Amino acid sequence: MPELAFPVILVALAVAAAWPLSWWLERVYAGRTGVLGRVLGPAERGAYRLLRTDPGREHGWAAYARCVLLFSAACFLLLCLLQRLQAHLPLNPDGLGAVSPAPAFNTAASFVTNTNWQGYVPEQTMSQLIQMAGLSVQNFVSAAVGMAVAVALVRGIARSRSGTVGNFWADLVRGTLYVLVPICLAIAVVLVGRGAVMTFGGTETVTTLDGGTQHIARGPFAAQEAVKQLGTNGGGTFNANSAHPLSNPTALTNLLANWALLVVPFAFAFTYGRMVGRRREGVAILAAMLILLGAGLTTALVAEHHATPALAAAGYDGAPNMEGKEQRFTVDEAVTWSVTTTGTSTGAVNSMHDSYTATAGGVQMAMMLLGEVAPGGVGAGLYGMLLFVLVAVFVGGLMIGRTPELLGKRIGSREVRLALLGVLVMPVGFLLCVAVAAATGAGTAGPLNAGPHGFSEILYAFASAWNNNGSAFAGLSANTDFYDLMLGVAMLIGRFGVIVPVLALAGALAGQQRRPQGPGTMPSSSPVFVALLVGTVLLVGALSFFPALALGPFAEALTGRLY
Amino acid sequence: MLRDAVRSVTALLLLTVLCGGAYPLVVWGVGRVAFHDAATGSLVRADGRVVGSRLIGQEFTSDRYLQGRPSAVGYAADAAGSGGTNLGPNSREQADAVAELRARVAAREGVDPARVPVDLVTASASGLDPDISEAAALIQVPRVARARGLPEGEVRDLVTAHVDGPVLGVLGSRHVRVLEVNLALDRLR
Repeated sequence: MPELAFPVILVALAVAAAWPLSWWLERVYAGRTGVLGRVLGPAERGAYRLLRTDPGREHGWAAYARCVLLFSAACFLLLCLLQRLQAHLPLNPDGLGAVSPAPAFNTAASFVTNTNWQGYVPEQTMSQLIQMAGLSVQNFVSAAVGMAVAVALVRGIARSRSGTVGNFWADLVRGTLYVLVPICLAIAVVLVGRGAVMTFGGTETVTTLDGGTQHIARGPFAAQEAVKQLGTNGGGTFNANSAHPLSNPTALTNLLANWALLVVPFAFAFTYGRMVGRRREGVAILAAMLILLGAGLTTALVAEHHATPALAAAGYDGAPNMEGKEQRFTVDEAVTWSVTTTGTSTGAVNSMHDSYTATAGGVQMAMMLLGEVAPGGVGAGLYGMLLFVLVAVFVGGLMIGRTPELLGKRIGSREVRLALLGVLVMPVGFLLCVAVAAATGAGTAGPLNAGPHGFSEILYAFASAWNNNGSAFAGLSANTDFYDLMLGVAMLIGRFGVIVPVLALAGALAGQQRRPQGPGTMPSSSPVFVALLVGTVLLVGALSFFPALALGPFAEALTGRLY
Repeated sequence: MLRDAVRSVTALLLLTVLCGGAYPLVVWGVGRVAFHDAATGSLVRADGRVVGSRLIGQEFTSDRYLQGRPSAVGYAADAAGSGGTNLGPNSREQADAVAELRARVAAREGVDPARVPVDLVTASASGLDPDISEAAALIQVPRVARARGLPEGEVRDLVTAHVDGPVLGVLGSRHVRVLEVNLALDRLR
C-alpha cells in the first residue's frame, strides 16, 4: 500500500531515535547527566539550593503526589493571573485586553494538564508575553510533570521494599533541563531556518498584490512550536495550529514536527525496560503501542483517500478529501499527523479534523478514547499503558489460575483497584459529560454541523478534554461558559484523577518485596502477553464507548445522506 | 505542606526564567543572526513595499493573476486569523458550496467542470494556503495569458518553473506557489 510509505518512514525514524533517547532518560532520572551535566550542572545545583531540596532525599508516594498537585496549582494560578492582567503587562504589541474569566479558567486548566485545548483564537486573544512566559512554560513543565510521574511509577515497579518513589523537584528540574530544553533548542532552530516565525514584531498589515489588505500575525512563536510538539502539548500560537504556514512552512518541518511528537513517548517504553532491568519488557510495551497505532493509521489512511458524501454529491467521487487540508502536504501526511497527534495526546493539527471522512474522524476519536496509550503523551502514555498492563496481568492470572504478578510484584486487590480507578475515571466522566451536553440547550447550541456529525463534535470535545489531548472538531463553538467550565473540569479530573492513583500504585508496588519468579509466572514480555495487553485496551474501550460512537461517527460512516 | 507550596512557586519562577526567558531568547537570537528573513515571516517586497509573506497565500480576484484555494478566513483580510470551514463529511452546505464553486471556476477558465481539480473548490486548513496543485495552476494559464496579452506558452513555462516538491521524492506534494508565480508575472512587464 503506497499510503503507508510516509507513516512507515516517520515511525521508523522515531523508533530509531527513541532507543538512544531511552538510554539518556534512564541516566538523567538517576542523576547521571554526563557531559551535559558538566555544562548545566551549576544551574541544576543552583535550582536545588533555591528550592532547599536535596535530590538524594526522596519522597514517599503521598508526598510526591502532594508536590505534583501543589506545583500544578501554582502553575494554574499564575496562568489565570497573567491572562486577567494581560492589558497591563508588556510584550503586547497588538494591545489585547484581559481574557474573560471563563476562558481564562479553561485555558489555565488546559495548559497545566498538558491538554492544550484552545477555546480561543490565539492571534486575537493572547499577547506575546502570555504565549512565551505563560503558555510556553507550561508546555515544558506540564510535560516534565507527566514524565516525572511515569518515572515514579516505574521506580515503584523496579524497587523492592522501598518507602520512596523519588524526589519530585529533582525529577521536574532534570526532565526539563536535560531532556526537553536541549532537544527543543535543536528543533526550534531548524524550524526558524525553514520559515517558522520568531520575531518580537507584531502583526504586519500589508496591501496585497491585488490591492487587498492582509493581516500577517507574527510573534516569537517558533520556540513554542518546538516544545508544543516534543512535549505532546499541541497548544499553538495560531488558530490553524500547525496548518499555518508560519508555523509549519514545508514538508520538512512537517516531518520534523511529527517526529517530535512521537519520539519521547516511544523512548519512555524503552526506558521502562531499562529501569526494570529487562529491556524486553519495554519492547513489549512499545509493540503493543505500535499495533494500536498501526491499526489506526491504516484505517484512517484508506478512508481518507475516498471522497466524503458531500464531495461526492458535488461531483468529486474519486477525489481525495482536500477539505481542511493544506496543498503542500500530501493527504498521507495530513492523516498520519492526525492519527499520531490523537494517539499521543498532543492535539496539534496540520489539517482540520472536523472535515475528515467519518471513518478517519472516528479513528481520531478512538485513538483518544483508548486512554491515550498508543503511544500516549510524554510519560502519561507509559503510565496509562502500565495501568492496562496491571489489568492484563490480573485477567491473565485469573485465566490460568495463578497469583497475578508483574516482575515479581504481586498484583493484589489493592493494586488492581488502583489500576482500575485510573483506567475508569475517564470513561465514566466522559460519558456523563457527553450525556449532559447532549441533553441541555447550552450543550446542543455548540455544534456547527447538523445531523450525527453535530453529535460527533460534542463527543470529540469531551474525548479530547478527558484524555488531555487538546485537538478539536473545531466547528464546535466551545468558547461559551458551559463548554469552558465543563471542559476545564474534565481536563483537570482527566489528568489528576489518573495521576493520584498512579502514584498510589507506585507507592504500593515500591513497598512490596520482589518475589523470585518461578516457572508458573506468566511472562510479561512474550507475544502472547502483548496480544493480551492489546486485547485489554480494546476491550475496555469497546465496552465503554461503542454505544456513544455508534450515534456519532458510525452513523455518519454508514449513511451517504447529507444534513 | 507550606514548605512544598513555597517550593512550587520557586520552581515555577525558576523554570519560567529558563523556559519562558532564556530558551525563547536563544532561539530568537539564532534566528536574528542566521535566518533574519525567515524568522521575521519571510516578507516579500515589490516596488519597495511589503506586499505579503512568501509563505502565505493571498486573495486574488483579478483575471491577470493565478488564483489560490478557497479560504474560510478570507486570507486574513479583516483581522489576523486562520482556520478552515470545519464543515463535516455529510454537510449539505459544503456539497452546495463545492458544486457552485466548481461551476464558477469552470466558467471562469472556460473548461469542462470535470477538469476543475478538487483543491480549487475545497477550503484549506489554514485559510492561508499559499499553494495549489499543478493541474489547478495549468487550467488557469489561458485566462491569465489572455488578460495579460501574453503568449500562453510563456505563462505556462513560468508556472512550470515554480512547481515545487516533493522533497527527496517522498515528502510533501507537487504544488505551485501562487504568490511567487504572480510576482514573476508582474515582473515580466
